[in-house]
Amino acid sequence: MAVVEAKNLSKIFGKNISQSIKMLDQGMTKEEILKKTGNTVGVNRASFSVEEGEIFVIMGLSGSGKSTLVRLINRLIEPSEGSIIIDGKELATLDKKALRQVRRQKLGMVFQQFALFPHRTILQNAAFGLEIQGMDKTEREKRAEESLNMVGLGSYLHQKPGQLSGGMQQRVGLARALANDPKVLLMDEAFSALDPLIRKDMQDELIDIQDSMQKTIIFITHDLDEALRIGDRIALMKDGSIVQIGTPEEILMNPANDYVEKFVEDVDRSKVLTAGHIMKPPETVGLDRGPKVALRQMKEFGVSTIYVVDKKKKLLGYVTAEQADEANKEGKTIEDVMVTDLPTVKADTLLTDLFEPMADQKAPLSVVDDNGRLIGIIVRGSVIGALAGDEQVLNGNGEVNGNG
Amino acid sequence: MDKAEGALFPKLPLDQWIESFEDFLTTYLSTLFDVISNVIEFITGNFVSILEMIPALVLVVVVALLAWWLISWKLGLFALIGLGLINNLGYWPETLETVSLVIVSVLISMIIGIPIGIWMSQKATVQSIITPILDFMQTMPAFVYLIPAVVFFSLGMVPGVVATIIFSMPPTVRMANLGIRQVNAELVEAAESFGATTGQRLGKVQIPLAMPTIMAGINQTIMLSLSMVVIASMVGAPGLGVVVYRAVTQVNIGSGFEGGLSLVILAMLLDRFTQGFNKK
Ligand SMILES: Nc1ncnc2c1ncn2[C@@H]1O[C@H](COP(=O)(O)OP(=O)(O)O)[C@@H](O)[C@H]1O
Ligand SMILES: [Mg+2]
Repeated sequence: MAVVEAKNLSKIFGKNISQSIKMLDQGMTKEEILKKTGNTVGVNRASFSVEEGEIFVIMGLSGSGKSTLVRLINRLIEPSEGSIIIDGKELATLDKKALRQVRRQKLGMVFQQFALFPHRTILQNAAFGLEIQGMDKTEREKRAEESLNMVGLGSYLHQKPGQLSGGMQQRVGLARALANDPKVLLMDEAFSALDPLIRKDMQDELIDIQDSMQKTIIFITHDLDEALRIGDRIALMKDGSIVQIGTPEEILMNPANDYVEKFVEDVDRSKVLTAGHIMKPPETVGLDRGPKVALRQMKEFGVSTIYVVDKKKKLLGYVTAEQADEANKEGKTIEDVMVTDLPTVKADTLLTDLFEPMADQKAPLSVVDDNGRLIGIIVRGSVIGALAGDEQVLNGNGEVNGNG
Repeated sequence: MDKAEGALFPKLPLDQWIESFEDFLTTYLSTLFDVISNVIEFITGNFVSILEMIPALVLVVVVALLAWWLISWKLGLFALIGLGLINNLGYWPETLETVSLVIVSVLISMIIGIPIGIWMSQKATVQSIITPILDFMQTMPAFVYLIPAVVFFSLGMVPGVVATIIFSMPPTVRMANLGIRQVNAELVEAAESFGATTGQRLGKVQIPLAMPTIMAGINQTIMLSLSMVVIASMVGAPGLGVVVYRAVTQVNIGSGFEGGLSLVILAMLLDRFTQGFNKK
């Protein structure tokens, strides 16, 4: 079920809004409207829906309307037009009190500059959301402390935010939002002010938190790498409009228009694509078969190596045609001749992490699942093809196309 | 139609309008003014009586110790010497009256001014209406306030307090407004995003963060009300102002200096006290 749903959501800053709305309907651009009326189009008829447990990234250059859009979601900014539905409730129809209730129970927000209250301790900051709900002090501080422990700040409870580094401050920001146990986390460029290493840590941590708590996260960023790294789906904004919504692969592989294409042009594909995207179905032979069967299968498929698996498809090793031939002549089993020392990778291993195992290895790389079962193989050619942007070598959405 | 010499048009009867407005007020609102008058009279009267009951030596030492304890030993020493000097010069009763006038005026200014400032900070329209009124209150020569103050509250301490409030309240209002508006917009958004009510947002975030600015406004109000002391004495408000005013009319440079010096000592003490609080 969609947890957050926006329909035709617009925000225009200025006077005489209805006239500007008409101009939008006539298809005039943000720039034209600014020239004619002096009004700024913040968001232009954005529609999207975010599913429960999803990390939905809103990405765009500075000024493209990301912050405005995220503030329309909790109505910190009143929409000029359109509707926003949170967990089945239409926000526009709510009075102040009901809106506060939605903010308290469903939505938590994390800010670019952290927005911690400098006069309150870390603990009091984290407890803020619960405090304004009227929860008593012991209970709210207990929960705030749990939340701070989760982000690794359990030992800084009584410090003031100013005494902490940027990364730690944003952990407090995250803990403050999580302490309320909201359904949806709104994060406006939450990691943009942090330096790259800390930023990567925070991204990993966010993904972990999402895994364990199943929050729905709407994450704003201007950084494509960040979007590709953490987003389940990405909405790309330009001049207030959403120009494409899709999974990272869809955005990369099928840009909706020239703008998106330009945007993703410089992306380092090796950091987005995974082994799952480029692996091929493997040719296998059961361990209980003799070398003769192995030889016949190799001939049939036109390959010079074949993978040996047990009854449960668990990867044991591989044999080359020469080895199988030798075994056949000398009356040995496959087990006697097969090569068992072979590096494996997982389906979600990034291309960038394939180069090293590939360099030590003449045979194709094997891809195994968590139970050690062989699910695919990777040949050198597909890696190079994928990096060069050849879509033919890709499997759809990183899923596995059967296993041979 | 009268026409002033050199005037282009017959004179607008602005003075008459103001006077009839004043007539209207005195006729219909006299009860209200009586109530206000009695309340201020009661508070200041009691304030002075209480201060007078305390032996001078005790008061000097207590103030000095407070200054030392709350602010610094230097201020403590200054209070001891300064107040001791005032006492020695023989202006102790007048000083107590002036302190009462100033403190009561400032308290009333805060009670009225801070809420107005907060209200202004919340609504652009309120701000655009009140700002010119504050400008008017501050630029109008302070003497002019004496006239309505006397008309509505006759002579004595009360019109002195009223004129002092009108003249000295604007900084408190302005700085409360400014302080709240200056709070980082992201912090305000943060409070609202968690579902804070207006009261919670103000009380838990904006007012605490605006406190230094609000205190600076109160400090200015105190200084302005001290500067009104001499003017207030013209309508019969007792205190050090009377000493100075009498010295001026009698061209008595000696007692004029003594009264003035006592005022300066008071001003410095109050200034350091309020500024010192700000730093904590
Ligand atoms: N309060 C405002 N008043 C007028 N224009 C605004 C306001 N807030 C944002 N804008 C304008 O709306 C557009 C989108 O801004 P914003 O949502 O902050 O973009 P982003 O977060 O993507 O950088 C910009 O052109 C910006 O100038
Ligand atoms: Mg922004």
